[in-house]
Amino acid sequence: MTSPILSVRDLVKHFPITRGVLFRRTIGHVRAVDGVSLDLHPGETLGVVGESGCGKSTLAQVLMRLIPPTGGTATFEGEDLFAKKGAALTAWRRDMQIVLQDPYTSLNPRKTVGDIVGEPFDIHPEVAPKGDRQRRVQELLEVVGLNPEHIRRYPHQFSGGQRQRIGIARALALRPKVIVCDEPVSALDVSIQAQVLNLLGDLQREFGLAYLFIAHDLGVVRHLCDRVAVMYLGSIVESGSAEDIYRRASHPYTQALLSSVPVPDPSLRGRREAIRLSGDVPSPADPPSGCRFRTRCPKARPVCAEEPPALEVRAATDHPAACHFAEPPHLVRSE
Amino acid sequence: MAPLLEVEDLRVEFGRGPETASVLNGVSYHVDEGETLAVLGESGSGKSVTAQTVMGILDLPPGRITGGAVRFRGEELLGADPERRRLLRGESMAMIFQDALSALNPVYTVGFQIAEQFRFRRGLSRRDATARAVEMLDQVRIPNAKQRVKEYPHQFSGGMRQRAMIAMSLALDPELLIADEPTTALDVTVQAQIMDLLDELRRERGMGLVLITHDLGVVAEVADRIAVMYAGRVVEHADAATLYARPGHPYTRGLMDSVPRVDDVAGAPLRPIPGLPPSLAAIPDGCPFHPRCAHAVDRCVTEVPALRELGGDHQAACHFAERFVAEGTDRPTTHEVVSG
Repeated sequence: MTSPILSVRDLVKHFPITRGVLFRRTIGHVRAVDGVSLDLHPGETLGVVGESGCGKSTLAQVLMRLIPPTGGTATFEGEDLFAKKGAALTAWRRDMQIVLQDPYTSLNPRKTVGDIVGEPFDIHPEVAPKGDRQRRVQELLEVVGLNPEHIRRYPHQFSGGQRQRIGIARALALRPKVIVCDEPVSALDVSIQAQVLNLLGDLQREFGLAYLFIAHDLGVVRHLCDRVAVMYLGSIVESGSAEDIYRRASHPYTQALLSSVPVPDPSLRGRREAIRLSGDVPSPADPPSGCRFRTRCPKARPVCAEEPPALEVRAATDHPAACHFAEPPHLVRSE
Repeated sequence: MAPLLEVEDLRVEFGRGPETASVLNGVSYHVDEGETLAVLGESGSGKSVTAQTVMGILDLPPGRITGGAVRFRGEELLGADPERRRLLRGESMAMIFQDALSALNPVYTVGFQIAEQFRFRRGLSRRDATARAVEMLDQVRIPNAKQRVKEYPHQFSGGMRQRAMIAMSLALDPELLIADEPTTALDVTVQAQIMDLLDELRRERGMGLVLITHDLGVVAEVADRIAVMYAGRVVEHADAATLYARPGHPYTRGLMDSVPRVDDVAGAPLRPIPGLPPSLAAIPDGCPFHPRCAHAVDRCVTEVPALRELGGDHQAACHFAERFVAEGTDRPTTHEVVSG
């Protein structure tokens, strides 16, 4: 296997909870990301799935250098990502871009599409000489399936799916090697969502992009991702190939998550075993001791409250899972 | 006997002149006691506007009802006395919404908002009404209801808020509940809890449920019958098993081919519907779906297909519905049942 283009080790991001105005005191921390390690290889898609509040978007923001990490390391093509500054940081930004969730708020309503997609060239003028920019922008619009003649239109003149394509064109402008996709299709209707997913797949093949694909929709992740990491309360609880996760999930959280996803096939009604988790995700400001999932886990035993399980391959499984009692599900063929 | 709720050829417009948007263009469906009708459609298909018209909460103007009928147990509601409609709301029909945080009043406790109905509609004292509110929170499985009743909406998690809203809507024991995207804002594990709860409550109370959603998975798990909407019309209607196995409208099939599923075979491509839904101010002539349809012929451009009977209470508004029903769907899945 090739060496990873992006490598993250024990990444931690804590947000302080403060009280007082004049004398600010820190009274605790929200442990949004709490020890995440992952590798992203060139040209592949790594899916990060989890429910709201699991820290998946904070992870994206830290890796984009939008907010500083509390601890841990990350390397991009072997170089320390968090040590980059000045010209080196600016140069790196060409290689790693982001597509955001909400196509309504992530585009400036007062700029034309041409300005939005062309803005990366203002910051990195070495990529496209001034006279060449309009042509480059039109090319990009065509690549993402928009009419290149619409370069002077404003975001409000486009539908949600088209706006997301504008966001993708902007991310592609500098020919990055890695694109972080933070819930890129969750605001879109089903028929439009499929168009955008297919577009992301085509672009990956055409430009050899690596995606860090953050989503809560397990069906979407199944479609696009080669490998999957499942997050719960700031840490990865299971990781493996898409087949490992979807066919042989061994962490009870992953199993419950998969069984909660409704399948569009009424003939399976009552034939899929439902694992229902009780209650809500605990607060990341005060996570449970030991295994963080134990408060909702149907398998929890006393040891789970004392010893946090490491993310490792265990006797009964073939891929890493952070559970003392990880085991593959009983597979029952329905046909 | 008349069905619990019957919507017939409902037509609603917004705006005036050339900008007029025809939001509903002849919507018909019915719900019986104790059954779940799912109304499936994408944004702008008119599914929520239909529900708001049924409940009598559509803003008129800008909306304008230009035709059709809404009957509750045979009683015509459009044009009925506003006082009569107010009485029916809550007592006979209730609605829950997608965004529970904005549907609840942030400055009153959850308990107050539930108890309010018992006080004003049933004339109970404040103390008795609060006791009933605790009972309602218990019924929607909110733990520690006695304490929770004194809390404000912002102190509840997303799933809890949706439970509180369900409690509020069911307080006066309505016969019909309209749930407009009740789980869209929730995480999948919480969604499963809420859908289970709604299904249980419907069964216990023999209530009719109209479930408005865009999620084909949720529909497949709970619906008895399904009405698929597109551009302000019902384009297909069938029982759940028939609709998923033998869709008669290319739009319905297109939706099914577009959804990424957890039980998909790895690498199976999605087959999206090309193009965009039409602007409601300029719905194409003929079949409104023809510009996006791979099977469209000249006839589809000129002639509006009627919602035709295909046998066994299955209707579709497509000139070639019989052909699509005969073909069925062909999507490969892993069809595996996972158990803990």
